Amino acid sequence: MSSTVTSKPKLKTSAMIASIAGEGQRTTAAPFGHALVKLAAERPEIVGMTADLAKYTDLHIFAQAYPERFYQMGMAEQLLMGAAAGMAHEGAIPFVTTYAVFATRRAYDFMHQTIAEDNLNVKIACALPGLTTGYGPSHQAAEDLALMRAMPGMMVIDPCDALDIEQMVPAVAVHKGPVYMRLLRGNVPAVLDEYDYRFELGKAKLIRDGRDVLVISSGIMTMRALEVAKELAADRVDVAVLHVPTIKPLDTSTILREAGRSGRLVVVAENHTTIGGLGEAVGTELLRAGVTPQFRQIALPDAFLDAGALPTLHDRYGISTSVMATTIKSWLG
Amino acid sequence: MEESKTDARAKLAEHAYRIRRNALLMGEVQGQGYIGQALDIADVLAVSYFGAMNYRPEDPEWEERDRFLLSNGHYAIALYAALIEAGIIPQAELETYGSDDSRLPMSGMASYTPGMEMSGGSLGQGLTIAVGRGLGLKRKGSKAFVYTLFSDGELDEGAIWEGLMSAAHWKLDNLIAIVDVNNQQADGPSSQIMAFEPLTEKMEAFGWFTQRIDGNDLDAVIAAFDAARNHPGEQPRMIIADTRMGCGVPFLEAREKNHFIRVDAHEWQLALEALEAGRQA
Ligand SMILES: Cc1ncc(C[n+]2csc(CCOP(=O)(O)OP(=O)(O)O)c2C)c(N)n1
Ligand SMILES: [Mg+2]
Repeated sequence: MSSTVTSKPKLKTSAMIASIAGEGQRTTAAPFGHALVKLAAERPEIVGMTADLAKYTDLHIFAQAYPERFYQMGMAEQLLMGAAAGMAHEGAIPFVTTYAVFATRRAYDFMHQTIAEDNLNVKIACALPGLTTGYGPSHQAAEDLALMRAMPGMMVIDPCDALDIEQMVPAVAVHKGPVYMRLLRGNVPAVLDEYDYRFELGKAKLIRDGRDVLVISSGIMTMRALEVAKELAADRVDVAVLHVPTIKPLDTSTILREAGRSGRLVVVAENHTTIGGLGEAVGTELLRAGVTPQFRQIALPDAFLDAGALPTLHDRYGISTSVMATTIKSWLG
Repeated sequence: MEESKTDARAKLAEHAYRIRRNALLMGEVQGQGYIGQALDIADVLAVSYFGAMNYRPEDPEWEERDRFLLSNGHYAIALYAALIEAGIIPQAELETYGSDDSRLPMSGMASYTPGMEMSGGSLGQGLTIAVGRGLGLKRKGSKAFVYTLFSDGELDEGAIWEGLMSAAHWKLDNLIAIVDVNNQQADGPSSQIMAFEPLTEKMEAFGWFTQRIDGNDLDAVIAAFDAARNHPGEQPRMIIADTRMGCGVPFLEAREKNHFIRVDAHEWQLALEALEAGRQA
């Protein structure tokens, strides 16, 4: 029997680890791991802790560089959070990693009670945020931002790309208090270095201006929004992109300023369900301030999402670049 | 009598072979999959589905069936292989493994697949459901057993130990748990990630009728399942199965151990051939 490639079309996979990088896109390897190693050289109080997912959150880079500062807690997410709290009480700054679902759903009460209530210096970095795996609901963290936003005292960050991650790591270490960070791992797209952009904790940044549409986005949806803007420019639609990597606390003044410029359709785009994420956060602030532009949400449905190949699912749920472009065009009439 | 026993054993060996073969064929479809795990647990699944459990292939929800709860959802490839061999899933569906809109997603989910009794994947949950199933069956006066398979990595999760204590508390003699000790989890060897020995003593101390076996010794697996079902004590039953990842395909078994064993594109056929050679030997 032949073992060479047959003419059968390649099936699309529901594998757990799927790359979010587009074909031919520039990427940076393990930006979180390398940024943490760099920072740890100056900050001896930083330790790394994981729940059997060092290799899958790029924390293995830190573990190799600082084996004596790395704590493998086993696949026990509640223990991970409680022990990180204990470490922080004793003066360490733990960077803890797991998948977003297991931090936010399995260990929520432990983060709430042992970390957040005591305002401890624990930095929680979670891979597979939102819909970034085809593995089905057990691994798809479609509601992680809603859960973490609801926790008092918790800072919440949704970085877009490798640059965001590299600059976010030292910034969160300076911040005093707990932080939840969405993490992209492996070969992470590099996008924002093409723009005049720098990550600043708590700040929204206008990456691109435009007259017709304002997309307010976070995480990988900013990358998508920038692609959509290029695509729609060909149709003479001028799209502005406001990147909001810090979801909590929200940079309300920048958002109000941009959304308040008249005549633009405001679209909030997020890799998260329509419930409790950036869209609802922005919508609420706009209403409170009496700013009422035409407002739309691009987000995941309030549903248990399918298993399948990531590109299939991003199309199905409307967060791929092509579907997003079509949707925005349809709203413009 | 002795004759029929060797016949039965030969049949189980053939089922185990075909489960391994189905798993390799699925791995080939996707060019990936948890094949090391599927090969290590094939003997346990063969004995579960062809030597122990009561079920009707044409009616996977038959009320009197024994329940099998796959806690470690990433082992779905192994259970699909067994469900195909058992006639619960048509052989033809093997081709769809892990593809868009398939009934066989890479992580096991009850809503997708006939015969899949729970959605695993968020590890450490199966035993808690098994406790409830055991209690629920007793409430109904059912004679059915609840089987649940979980992995050595899952031993790290607190919920496992909650389930262990609870099953003994409720004297769940209708509950048979199997833990696959392949000494592997995501970041490395389980014994180094979180020391879990002495496991037999721990399980016994928690009130379980406990057997520890070589999970790739078919005779030992058969004997352990018989003993678990027939044990007279009013207590839950634990089978600790020490297994070898890649078992049945020598070159995979010899490969550097990993949560994802690397299999190159051309090696799936070689693996099928190696498996076949072992069957004839
Ligand atoms: C609650 C939870 N935490 C973490 C994970 C990520 N994860 C998937 S498999 C795995 C290793 C589990 O150990 P085991 O099943 O023994 O691994 P294997 O034998 O398959 O290598 C981990 C940590 C998960 N699926 N669920
Ligand atoms: Mg294991």
